[in-house]
Amino acid sequence: MEPTHEPESLSPPQIAAMRRSMTSGRMALSRRNLLRAGGAGAFAIGGLGALSGCGIPPAGRTEAQGASDDHSAEEKQVNFSNWTEYMDETDDKRRPTLDEFERRTGIKVKYTEDINDNVEFFGKIKPQLAAGQETGRDLICVTDWLAGRMIRLGWMQQLDASNLPHAYTNLAEGFRNPDWDPGRAHSYPWTGIPAVIAYNKKATGGRKVTSISQLLDDPKLKGRVGMLTEMRDTVGLTLLDMGKRPETVTTDEYEAAIARIQKAADRGQIRRFTGNDYTGDLTKGDLAACVAWAGDLIQLQADNPEIEFTIPDAGYMTATDNLLIPSKARHKKNAERLIDYYYEPKVAAKIAAYINYVCPVDGVRAELAKIDKDLANNPLILPDDEMAAKSHAFRLLSSKEETAFEDKFAKLTGA
Amino acid sequence: MSATTAPETAPPAPPPAPAGVAKAARRKKLVPYWLLLPGILWLVIFFAAPLVYQASTSVQTGSLEEGFKVTWHFQTYWDALTEYYPQFLRSVIYAATATVLCLLLGYPLAYLIAFRAGRWRNLVMILVIAPFFTSFLIRTLAWKTILSDSGPVVEVLNSLHILDITSQLGITEGERVLATPLAVVCGLTYNFLPFMILPLYSSLERIDGRLHEAAGDLYAKPFTTFRKVTFPLSMPGVVAGTLLTFIPAAGDYINAELLGSTDQKMVGNVIQSQFLRVLDYPTAAALSFILMAAILAMVTVYIRKSGTEDLV
Repeated sequence: MEPTHEPESLSPPQIAAMRRSMTSGRMALSRRNLLRAGGAGAFAIGGLGALSGCGIPPAGRTEAQGASDDHSAEEKQVNFSNWTEYMDETDDKRRPTLDEFERRTGIKVKYTEDINDNVEFFGKIKPQLAAGQETGRDLICVTDWLAGRMIRLGWMQQLDASNLPHAYTNLAEGFRNPDWDPGRAHSYPWTGIPAVIAYNKKATGGRKVTSISQLLDDPKLKGRVGMLTEMRDTVGLTLLDMGKRPETVTTDEYEAAIARIQKAADRGQIRRFTGNDYTGDLTKGDLAACVAWAGDLIQLQADNPEIEFTIPDAGYMTATDNLLIPSKARHKKNAERLIDYYYEPKVAAKIAAYINYVCPVDGVRAELAKIDKDLANNPLILPDDEMAAKSHAFRLLSSKEETAFEDKFAKLTGA
Repeated sequence: MSATTAPETAPPAPPPAPAGVAKAARRKKLVPYWLLLPGILWLVIFFAAPLVYQASTSVQTGSLEEGFKVTWHFQTYWDALTEYYPQFLRSVIYAATATVLCLLLGYPLAYLIAFRAGRWRNLVMILVIAPFFTSFLIRTLAWKTILSDSGPVVEVLNSLHILDITSQLGITEGERVLATPLAVVCGLTYNFLPFMILPLYSSLERIDGRLHEAAGDLYAKPFTTFRKVTFPLSMPGVVAGTLLTFIPAAGDYINAELLGSTDQKMVGNVIQSQFLRVLDYPTAAALSFILMAAILAMVTVYIRKSGTEDLV
């Protein structure tokens, strides 16, 4: 140990105490301290090297080589990842439409309900896709903006139209040409998801809620309004209410819409931004009115007659959940056959009757009427022309825009 | 007996024996390291490696399309801190409040279980641990039903005009409890209470009952006994309990997400949204590191101040 400077003003006992602490106290250069310091030093030096070694490679265009390796012929199976509650199911947990597909084709479907949230699912499969590896999934179902992002990144395979005769003919007109996947080269919609306004009659005191303006301004609803964390639905509806088109939204228009919602939030009008969990709040009446997904509403209305919905005059947003085949999927052709199977009107009707979302398949009305007449006439499942005319979609955003828009929206929601 | 006779009857010790002994001794010396190996591997793979990876991410720049490269962009830390300091501050305040509440609720309970529960001890312990049998998420969601606007709890609080007072204090809003700071702090307190009770109990339970008798013999009143004997002896439990509560509570985002509104978001919510939604990985990683450093600093000061080195 080097001799340390000892101030002269210390009393002899103090100096003695200090010396003691040098040799056996906290300042002592004990083996433990030395190890600790050495460890920290080693970590610091090794760390710097390790840090600069990391990094995330740019998104590879793996589309070309991703397409080649198809084991469909020798391995009669397909791995299908979907959302929960997105497949018909009997009380004893059988899935009739999937069973029928297996019987007809001999292809075994491994069906997994492992998608609960788009952003989380993206976080989960991103590392493999970015590294150009197989995800273990042959067919996935994600919302349009995420589908668009993954197609843009080159992580999804182009579909072979010759394996998709039913899908090609029966895809409804309104779904044929989204800006994020022109001509449906990579994707087919599983369902359409309208975002509309819902309210609990009991909680509003019998008041009707008819527009986003009312949602954001009506003092009677203060602190009991819910909006969705799905940025495109919440901001899209607000844009429509302001007379703007989400299909052509500019940065200025987007910021104006955010400012409009922010004003209401600052006033304490908005209680929460929610995901799927708005349903419980709305049923209990903690949310008097909110932005809601139409498919949930049919179910909610069946359970609670106080729940009502409005299609705003200004229009509503329709998103889609889409079937896609990730690059390097082992069973591409089998997956395509599965997509095609669900575009047979009879099969599509069974799904629509079970999940109650908008069905993107033409010729389903007659089949659905055979199962349930009311459902076939419900515009939330099969929109009539008047309703279809009010449907809007958010435009495809570039990677930069997406990050900037999401960041502004995140600030709005408090995080 | 046999030891004394052995040298006479046994043949001279064979020369290889010492070598074997040395080998065995060496092997014995290595045993602790072999036993450490699984733990160390685990730490390296699941703690050290992700930590290095995140540290690297925090000084990268780029986008998903162009990839992320290490550019030593430390500005991210400063930007993250200036942008999100309200959420940081809120996390510390909420977590500290919840920790104090846990201590106030948990200490009497742990004391009761350790000294007074008698044959009910096991049953009460099971009741403390029972909530762990259901998921964290479900338990938090249950609070949404309990504290619902038209539910009995809020109705009683309203009819007693308690919510008028709490609204004045700014911890609730209007006639509701959900989507306010109160709900978030209550959720945190509830969810982390067992982490406080268990270490408290284990350190209280170890206290020799005769020490209490001795204190009584020396004319200490019950409160003095608690202040001079019981509490100091339970300090390791208090420190461990407060750490086990404060650290996870400061990083929690579920309670703020489900029980709070936009003004109750904590730093965990920001990290989640930056990482998953905004895809700004560097900012998310920088925020994580700032949180980690802040907690580490606070904990170090706290342990120094509370003057206990062995944490149960």
